[in-house]
Amino acid sequence: MDSRNFTYMFYGFAAAWAILVIYVITLVSRERKIHQEMSRLQKLIEEGSRK
Amino acid sequence: MREKLIYLIAVGVAILLVANLYNILLVLPDEANQGAIWRIFTFHFPSAMSAGLCSFLALIGSMMYLWRRNLWWDAFAVSATELTLAFGAIVLITGMIWARIIWGIWWAWDARLTSTLVSWLAYAAYLIFRKAIEEPTARARYSAVISILTFPGVIISWKSIEWWRTQHPGPVLTIRGGGGMAPGMQPAAYWNLLALAVFAMILLSIRLRQENSQRLIDGFRRQVHEI
Repeated sequence: MDSRNFTYMFYGFAAAWAILVIYVITLVSRERKIHQEMSRLQKLIEEGSRK
Repeated sequence: MREKLIYLIAVGVAILLVANLYNILLVLPDEANQGAIWRIFTFHFPSAMSAGLCSFLALIGSMMYLWRRNLWWDAFAVSATELTLAFGAIVLITGMIWARIIWGIWWAWDARLTSTLVSWLAYAAYLIFRKAIEEPTARARYSAVISILTFPGVIISWKSIEWWRTQHPGPVLTIRGGGGMAPGMQPAAYWNLLALAVFAMILLSIRLRQENSQRLIDGFRRQVHEI
């Protein structure tokens, strides 16, 4: 197996997986932000309606 | 229940991807002319099909929004467009890496590569454009029009290898009338297509839920503002 050929195949696979992993990480971080913002706003609404 | 089902499918997809990797890297032999690099095709083709599927879903979402004027369809379209970009990036990068070995160059301005890049940039512009408009219904309306106008680029990209004979290889899979790939190697690409397409649908459902939660947050913000 030609080593340069194999190295570039590895780059290709690594790039494909890296893009997918980065996208999943972005989704997870967005999910966390949404949960935080949602609970913050719900708390503000509850406090506001009590006043 | 819905979340558990999504996790269950995700576990199935993960197992399938690992099994595919094992088959592609350790079971299948090198290709006679290309050597090891042919294996990139087993990610390049499924990613291209997944990107195409997502762009089609974005088109459906955009048309449905213009018809129904329901923001759920706009959320569906933007979620599908994001995935089109992610899978499109895999297509472009894996293609360039393959080209570096087989053609000796990273890029050629041939019909397939150029139309794919132009479509990818148009979808990126769609996402950037959305940030520029505050009002949700105007944003959804203009975005839907851009998405519909962008989709023909995907068709051109798909058919370009049949319409013009330039640098990019013609169809290689038997199903498209090609004969450039040994029949024993083709199932690996199809299995990866199944895994990546289902994975794309899982990500789409998660992204769609986030987009709908974001709309809920916007409603809460207005409520807080009124208090």
